[in-house]
Amino acid sequence: MQRTSNQASDTKRWSAGALVFAALAVVGGMSNAYVISLLTIVLLFTFMGQSWNLMLGIGGQLSIGHALFVGIGAYAVAILNIKYGVTPWIGLLLGAVIAGFVGAVLAWLSFRFEVRGIYFALLTIAAAEFVRIMFGGWDYVGGMQGLFYQAPSGAMDLGMLRGDARFYYFVALALAAIGVAGTELISRSYWGYVWRAMRDDDEAARALGVRTFRHKVLVVSISAATAAIGGGVLGLVQGAIFPDSIMGMAISVDVLIGPVVGGLGTAFGPLVGSMAAIPLHHAMGALGDALGLPGLNSVAYGAVLILVVWFLPDGIWPSIVRLYGATQLPARGRIPQLRKVEE
Amino acid sequence: MLSLWLNVIAGGVLIGLVYGLVALGLTIIFGVMRVVNFAHGEMVVFGIYIGYWTVRIWDVPIVLAAAIAAVVMFVFGYLLETLVVKRFVNRPHHYQFIVFIGLSLLFSGVLLMSFGPDPRPTASQLSFQTVSVGPLTLDWARIQAAATAGLLIAALGAYLKYSAFGRSLRGAANNRLGGLVVGLNIPRVYAVTFGIGTACAGVAGALISPLFDAQPYLAVDFTLLAFVTVIVGGLGSFGGALLGGLTIGVAEAIAALMFTPSMKTALPYALLIIILIFRPRGFFGAKDI
Repeated sequence: MQRTSNQASDTKRWSAGALVFAALAVVGGMSNAYVISLLTIVLLFTFMGQSWNLMLGIGGQLSIGHALFVGIGAYAVAILNIKYGVTPWIGLLLGAVIAGFVGAVLAWLSFRFEVRGIYFALLTIAAAEFVRIMFGGWDYVGGMQGLFYQAPSGAMDLGMLRGDARFYYFVALALAAIGVAGTELISRSYWGYVWRAMRDDDEAARALGVRTFRHKVLVVSISAATAAIGGGVLGLVQGAIFPDSIMGMAISVDVLIGPVVGGLGTAFGPLVGSMAAIPLHHAMGALGDALGLPGLNSVAYGAVLILVVWFLPDGIWPSIVRLYGATQLPARGRIPQLRKVEE
Repeated sequence: MLSLWLNVIAGGVLIGLVYGLVALGLTIIFGVMRVVNFAHGEMVVFGIYIGYWTVRIWDVPIVLAAAIAAVVMFVFGYLLETLVVKRFVNRPHHYQFIVFIGLSLLFSGVLLMSFGPDPRPTASQLSFQTVSVGPLTLDWARIQAAATAGLLIAALGAYLKYSAFGRSLRGAANNRLGGLVVGLNIPRVYAVTFGIGTACAGVAGALISPLFDAQPYLAVDFTLLAFVTVIVGGLGSFGGALLGGLTIGVAEAIAALMFTPSMKTALPYALLIIILIFRPRGFFGAKDI
């Protein structure tokens, strides 16, 4: 009985997800250039938000330096493509491998020495800032002048991942769909259960025979690799990359705002959160420019983050789910409660 | 050559005392409240603007500007704690972190809106005066800043050690529940602690306002610098913050001399990574968090 009702709600959830993405595809077919370019960014950050979400929402590790992995991906694609004419597909793969390796090394080094919690978060941002400054002074990667892709001819070329804005919209849409479906699949796989167990209580998980150290390295590495794929596409969409624009603190904030606003640890949260926060950021930026108040978008972001954690600590999406009816989504609709690690 | 090195190291020590004061603010807040104030750099930048405007408008000596910054920032910190931070003290660390990232975005946005993105070089004469002692030639502004910061650190240390409030603060830091049991007014202790921590950052900002161009974008650098300093010394440790400040100040000065200027900016991060990996609790590390 229980089983059938779960299956029914499963089918419902998957078809709801498919419906949302089908609707987004239709939107992409009809909208004007501005909406398309904005939604492309939203969907890319949905995908990268999913990778961040995997790490904190499911794995329990806070990163505030995800820009590092995003930047590694973007630079891998750009260097191979601009300097050697290699297809971005290889660049994406290589970027993911390098970022996954860097993530694994960072995680391995820090968890081995019991660097956890906020110390790990600080380590991620220190690594991101260090690499950003180094890239700024490194001529091979373009230094502060950055790297520029050739202006697109407009012709679609799937092999070289080049095309017009609408083409990139569908690439981003595919990535976002993969991200949402992937999070859903991972969170109910063996790994998903292990990671949530380790997030909720490290020692209890270890007592049950979970090798938490290994799994922490694994979750950070997977998260880093996927963030790099998003970064590689983001670089292609932007047409040029600079250390400050692709590896700066602002990227790390853009990555984390979707899952935080939308709902940590949920599959749909990052999509909902990015849809809400990033257009707001752009609108406030435009309004600020019009009024001559350059910091308005930053104020809006800050206020959103504080208000969401204050009043909706679970995020927007779980609240919508709860409104829709708590009975519809039992067990899996529950939101992770991350405990404060007391001294 | 030797005198060049001596000058550089002396300059590093002087600025290191100011970094120590910034770090002290962060570490007091963390040690007592166990919250990680990621908006600390914004407090320093508020201080820089206070220093900039008071000197510019009233032409007051920099020490008086620092006193004004102390009062203003103490009140600001006290209010911020009672109105906002208080609600997140018992939340998980990552939520706190996100709230403080939000505060940091909010404040730097407000700074940008109020003063614009362009750097404002300080117009005061103080920026150019130097003092010669033997082989050393030092900025007068730097000496004043360092002396004031050093005195303040000592005074704060004595206050926390000997005064009644200092005792209750340390009690709250050691054992929050125990403090409540013996009747400490924990909310007030927390608010005052946050005020003191913020005031430290503000004073440090006002003191270095003749040395740095006032600019909103400095905030993130100062936040991370404060974290580096604090972690080098160990989060939550008083002496560690001071030692960390001196280490970072000197290391930065030497790096700027030996390598390119971009190395100077990257060095604190490299140090942070190395120390986090090999000595995660710093030199005088606090307990696990």
